[in-house]
Amino acid sequence: MTAPRLPAPHPAVNPETRPFWDATARGQLLLRRCRSCTTVNWYPRTLCPACGSFDTEWIEASGRGTIYTFAVTRRGAGAYRDATPYVLAYVELAEGPRVMTNIVDCDVGALQIGDRVEVTFHDTGQGAALPRFRPAGR
Amino acid sequence: MSAGISGAAFIAGAYEHPERNIPDKPAEQVHAEVAAGALADAGLTFADVDGYYCAGDAPGFGGISMADYLGLNLTQIDTTETGGSSYVVHLGHAAEAIAAGKCQVALITLAGLPLQATANLVLGALHGPEDSFEAVYGTSIHGMYALAARRHMYEYGTTSEQLAEIKVAAAHHAQYNEHALLREPVTVADVISSPLISDPLHRLDCCVVTDGGGAVVVVSPAVARGLSRHCVKVLGHGEAPKTSANGRLDLTYTGAVWSGPRAFEEAGVTPADIDYASIYDSFTITVLETIEDLGFCAKGQGGPFVAGGALQAPHGRLPFNTDGGGLCSNHPGNRGGMTKVLEAVRQLRGEAQPEVQVPDCQLALAHGTGGSIGTRMGSSTVILGREDA
Repeated sequence: MTAPRLPAPHPAVNPETRPFWDATARGQLLLRRCRSCTTVNWYPRTLCPACGSFDTEWIEASGRGTIYTFAVTRRGAGAYRDATPYVLAYVELAEGPRVMTNIVDCDVGALQIGDRVEVTFHDTGQGAALPRFRPAGR
Repeated sequence: MSAGISGAAFIAGAYEHPERNIPDKPAEQVHAEVAAGALADAGLTFADVDGYYCAGDAPGFGGISMADYLGLNLTQIDTTETGGSSYVVHLGHAAEAIAAGKCQVALITLAGLPLQATANLVLGALHGPEDSFEAVYGTSIHGMYALAARRHMYEYGTTSEQLAEIKVAAAHHAQYNEHALLREPVTVADVISSPLISDPLHRLDCCVVTDGGGAVVVVSPAVARGLSRHCVKVLGHGEAPKTSANGRLDLTYTGAVWSGPRAFEEAGVTPADIDYASIYDSFTITVLETIEDLGFCAKGQGGPFVAGGALQAPHGRLPFNTDGGGLCSNHPGNRGGMTKVLEAVRQLRGEAQPEVQVPDCQLALAHGTGGSIGTRMGSSTVILGREDA
């Protein structure tokens, strides 16, 4: 697990999302897929918002994707007050969903929409890790 | 055509709190002051009000506390919360309630005091189911709008200079508004050279943060006929949430793609008929995407459209936000929907500042955006006309 340079605030975890967060602590990115219509859903929830079925299951993501868009945040708040500049981004996962995240271990000035990225996990210190992404193929 | 609200209700009173920093009053008192201002403008009193509308940020319990504070006796109450678009939604809902005979005099109020609270622009404070998957990454209002701006730039070639033209037009208008927070005209170079807040958005791409508020009074045709004040006719309304679409979001458009056509259809008019538009302007990118989505130009052509001076009153193709908007005048409580309605009413009454009054303004549009165009949002559009429209 990579030592975080950004803060890694611990998320609120509830019975519905606990398997997701428990998996992050093992270095796994899980997604919730619908057995009925096969849609891979985001953010993870028991209901499939694509078809209304509750017949959904956890699958492990490839951890690969591309940058859909990003912003270089220079004014932080809360835990991020002293973390600027940092990269807020949507990564389009290979499985389809576009997920909010940070791009880390990168040359901020060289980032481009469409860049290939891979998942990395930053330990919150409380039994979970934040999935973040870094440039792939290095 | 199905029964709608067109012509069923009139805006009889409108009032904007003149202050922009209010350290000496609680929010409920500001609600009361703007309510009294709008009722006085209409020639009505608190005793006439039988419908009340406020958003979820109003003090207390779901509008009940405010009805209590204001001394209202109501047959209709609605505290729909869609962020900054709430007040444009409320205007539509008030017109619907009046059309259905549920009330005759509807009061809509906004008040907010963000300058008096500990600064906290982290949306995660709302504790929605999405927060554990978003707020933990250091999301901010400006950061999420910057995500949309960069994607729009990527897909359509929009530039920072084009976005800056929106602020330039707003600042040009604000110089004539004595109550505007920022009255100095600015240039494109000023905007581009202001500090980056969330790259690609600069400080001058962002709206102001102000204390303040506003109110409107919406009445039935029967009540309007008995008033001496020039009323504004509600012609059409549309509203739409835009969600994060199960992770398939597209940040290059807003909910205006749905709320706009619904409002135009109900009013029986087209974008080409609009003389003046109040466009929600939390950030310059909000304006750019919204004017495309409402059909004032083709998708992706917002940049060239604004660069040609289209937004400048009184003679641009689409004079917008002639009070200076949220970018320069006022964004009370971080919620700009109310002030969008108020300036549209001024334009239709011929009471905008003379330098920016659109000649013979017959039809106006007011559009509200709430939440974030970078994640999930509320969107509402109203079409308004002169009393005889």
